[in-house]
Amino acid sequence: MTDTQQPSGSAPVAPSPTRRAESILDGSGLAGVRDETDRRGFLSWLAIGWIAFAAGFGALGSIAIRFLFPNVLFEPPSSFKAGFPSEYTVGVVDERFKSKYGVWLVRDDASIYALSTVCTHLGCTPNWLGAEQKFKCPCHGSGFYITGINFEGPAPRPLERHKIVLGDDGQLLVDKNFKYQFEKGQWVNPDSFVSA
Amino acid sequence: MASKWQRIQKSIARSQLWTSFFRHGYPDTDRNRVLVIMSNVLLHLHPVKVRKSGVKMKYTWCAGGLSFFLFLLETITGLLLMFYYRPTIEYAFVDIIDLREQVPLGIMRELHRWGAHAMVIAVWLHMFRVFMTGSYKPPREFNWNIGVILLVLTLLLSFTGYLLPWDQLAIWAITVGSNMARATPFLGHEGPGAALLRVGDVNLVHIGDDVRFALLGGRFVGAGTLLRFYVLHCVAIPLIAGVLMAIHFWRVRKDGGISGPL
Repeated sequence: MTDTQQPSGSAPVAPSPTRRAESILDGSGLAGVRDETDRRGFLSWLAIGWIAFAAGFGALGSIAIRFLFPNVLFEPPSSFKAGFPSEYTVGVVDERFKSKYGVWLVRDDASIYALSTVCTHLGCTPNWLGAEQKFKCPCHGSGFYITGINFEGPAPRPLERHKIVLGDDGQLLVDKNFKYQFEKGQWVNPDSFVSA
Repeated sequence: MASKWQRIQKSIARSQLWTSFFRHGYPDTDRNRVLVIMSNVLLHLHPVKVRKSGVKMKYTWCAGGLSFFLFLLETITGLLLMFYYRPTIEYAFVDIIDLREQVPLGIMRELHRWGAHAMVIAVWLHMFRVFMTGSYKPPREFNWNIGVILLVLTLLLSFTGYLLPWDQLAIWAITVGSNMARATPFLGHEGPGAALLRVGDVNLVHIGDDVRFALLGGRFVGAGTLLRFYVLHCVAIPLIAGVLMAIHFWRVRKDGGISGPL
């Protein structure tokens, strides 16, 4: 365990960890590492060091990823009051809430329902063509009946309906957090329409 | 007159100002030619000498160099655009118009856009060339893979940049493109496996916390998306691309230089 030959007059080389303490690293500073450690002890000390390093970086990484999920959204609220049922006429598509909330209110003979304005093809906003009694998407030409059923173009399924209930004050309450899909048989769900 | 001019030159070349810049002599000896390259921080990434086969445009098409040049062009034109463009839903669209109508030259945005098209084409040509010359075979497989990642990053730069004008084309293109993310297995709220990750009937992965939500900064393309894509486009992706390009160029040199005979 002798050191390599040192040219005279130069500073001493740093002692290896297996060297018995003859320097300031006499074990009082780094207890458990210096004095009388062997290769196995040194490597396990290194392993602990590296594991701590990896754990630290893992923690930093998780914090960074959590940072990217915003807590506050600057979006319009997902549920809203839509007026009284008496404001809606049978056979008419009401577009009052189309641009702000993305919902059409439609009244037919038996009920009022809320259609989502998101085309089921790739997500554009269709237009209601009253003269032709159909919703027509400008992006790729998907066509839907007033009920929301798709009949032309690339749309694979009907427009979705959102939850609509009668609130305590008698106003319609639309909640976009819930959706009802015809192809899953969900339009019979009483939350997907208001009988009127 | 000639010797007076030479004396002036000599006194300049011996001045402190000059010698603090240039620590080598005029490159008319091999030593000085090497020193010109090796003592310069930007130049020393290049080899001092290049074989004649390395400048054979019939082999290389100069496509890789063109890609890098266009990347630098995009960086500079993009940086200039950043002095006038504000990434908010209130200002983004009008700032792009102003860059054409009010800002001097009025063509910087177009240069940036044409450069983007050209860079995508150059990168594909470069990939095609590398394939046709077999420059992906061992020991160059690693560099080919780095190149594939760089290709994806180039396309992502195009994708993120496309949103920034905040017009109808931008919003809907990014809506459609990012809708793919909700189909990610387990991480997307309409993907396979998402229905499995729930506690009772509360989905753990829903529209408000899946990977698409993190990408868009919201449940649909809005103000958060604009800002995020701006940061990705101007900082994050160029940084990663820069690091990968450094590895890419280094590997070319390590593997024996550009376009040598096999």
